Amino acid sequence: MSRIESAFKEKAFVAFLTAGDPSMEKSEEYIGRLIDGGADVIEIGIPFSDPIAEGPVIQSANVRALRNGANLSKVFELVKNVRKKYKETPIVFLTYINPVYKYGAENFFKKCSEIGADGIIVPDMPFEERGEISEAAEKYGIDIVPLIAPTSEDRIKLISQVAQGYIYIVSSMGVTGMRSEIKTDIASIVETVRKYSDKPTAVGFGINKPEQATKYSAIADGVIVGSAIVKIIERLGENAGDELYNYAKEMKEACLKAE
Amino acid sequence: MEKGRYGVHGGQYIPETLMNEIHKLEEAYEFYKNDKAFNEELDKLNREYAGRPSLLYYAEKMTKDLGGAKIYLKREDLNHTGSHKINNVLGQVLMAKKMGKTRVIAETGAGQHGVATATAAALMGMECEIFMGKEDTERQALNVYRMELLGSKVHAVETGTMTLKDAVNEAMREWVSRVDDTHYVLGSVMGPHPFPMIVRDFQSVISREARAQILEYEGKLPAAVVACVGGGSNAMGAFYNFIPDEGVKLIGCEAAGRGIDTKDTAATLATGTLGIFHGMKSYFCQNDEGQIAPVYSISAGLDYPGVGPEHAYLHDTGRAEYVPITDEEAVSAFEYIARTEGIICAIESAHAVAHVMKIAKNYSKDDSIIVCLSGRGDKDVAAIARYRGVNIYE
Repeated sequence: MSRIESAFKEKAFVAFLTAGDPSMEKSEEYIGRLIDGGADVIEIGIPFSDPIAEGPVIQSANVRALRNGANLSKVFELVKNVRKKYKETPIVFLTYINPVYKYGAENFFKKCSEIGADGIIVPDMPFEERGEISEAAEKYGIDIVPLIAPTSEDRIKLISQVAQGYIYIVSSMGVTGMRSEIKTDIASIVETVRKYSDKPTAVGFGINKPEQATKYSAIADGVIVGSAIVKIIERLGENAGDELYNYAKEMKEACLKAE
Repeated sequence: MEKGRYGVHGGQYIPETLMNEIHKLEEAYEFYKNDKAFNEELDKLNREYAGRPSLLYYAEKMTKDLGGAKIYLKREDLNHTGSHKINNVLGQVLMAKKMGKTRVIAETGAGQHGVATATAAALMGMECEIFMGKEDTERQALNVYRMELLGSKVHAVETGTMTLKDAVNEAMREWVSRVDDTHYVLGSVMGPHPFPMIVRDFQSVISREARAQILEYEGKLPAAVVACVGGGSNAMGAFYNFIPDEGVKLIGCEAAGRGIDTKDTAATLATGTLGIFHGMKSYFCQNDEGQIAPVYSISAGLDYPGVGPEHAYLHDTGRAEYVPITDEEAVSAFEYIARTEGIICAIESAHAVAHVMKIAKNYSKDDSIIVCLSGRGDKDVAAIARYRGVNIYE
């Protein structure tokens, strides 16, 4: 059983942060605290100059990380270090396509497999363009986690059929960020996905409160939280460890309430 | 060639949320481009509202002064709203309306595309919001007010380098948030398929007219067609119908800013490398890790780190040549054409004029060169004055 499959044996809490915000050392510490608190999967954002799918909170994290000297070799080093301590938790990169393309898909996924990464999410690479990386990703056993949007409709089948790892259900139109209300009919999307794929589903974009975690874990197989975590890091800077631990604990418990 | 690809370039690298919408757009375009009623309506707008066909003007004084090929200016600056941008905008907004959209959004650099979009939106009764880098709202303050006069809302984008690239980012974010009632009027031959094709087709009216005009005036095709290139819409429009004419040299002029050996440049084909950004595979100014570079040009309209995929392809195949033009060369050309021909052209277009000033003498007097004068320069006067040390503000 892969690390990702194991992580979704119960309702999963997927935690995102941007690598290098505020520093690589702190990212390593914070990932540890999130896992200790209960995060089942860690998504690591590779900083990019122009993150078009991100709202203001994660955009700012990208700016901070790049300003503090984040680059790919440091991100790979970060994952390598995390992997030494945490053997079981899946680590999934969230990156825009250009850094991967520029690095070379072959080199990128070779590196991923060496350092113990499990998957990749590319928000600006739809189904039609996955050929850009799919061969190299498969060669090195890295899952391409696809996104399904409220507008996907007839595309859900297409995307689900080739999905690997888990399926990222985008809860709302627009960019990442905390939302008080989610209007999309997630249940019907998840139902359709399950017709075509046995991969677990996780709902993201806008989720930040425990009540939302319970609600959407009941519908899907887990929730993804990014902006709320990045916001804690933005607020507390170098001293966010305890709050991240507590937040992860609270959110994981909320996910489990849905069982 | 694969649909939406120009050699290796092009494609549809966009968030999943937009994929169905972009497919709908493609279908709608395939329908309307062959729809008689749509084309009649667009022709009427081009003729009676935008003032087409635009003149192909023989610049006799320039020709004599430069001492070589006959110089013809394709006067897109005389179009309604003062640039070639109206050609694309009338087509896209008309199509958006027919698709049932009630709202349009657009990015703008110099403000010319923003003004054109705001104009078409006013004319066709659509809600309109324009995204413009904060730095550009300052460089082009007059155009901001112009868009507001036309009933549009202008958002000053404060992320990144606060210029055209960031305006595109923000317009894409807005489109992802509200795709149901909103059409994104992309202003150049860039972005995901089908935009490079749609914008090229609507802009190709430039070369369709120019080709017929030059044959009428000279009885033969020009030796060269020269246009400025940021994303590349006026150049693509000016080149398109000449592409099969192998004897016609196609030359795109990129903004070198302070020089291609400095960091302060926006010359993508001279300094960029292959990448994937803003929905397309093409050449981009970027670092070794694929981070998009903060580019620079005196011209807000050419201050963009990428280039349209079809230009990238014409560059790869050698069908078109791309040359960098510095700020200083462009400003000198801006002043030259004002004094020589009594035409104040856009600083963007002045990049093309600058190159013609260099090459005209290499051609014989029997040859002709067409320069696409993509826009008028009223918007640039204050900035040029400041560049020359005269402290005036709009």
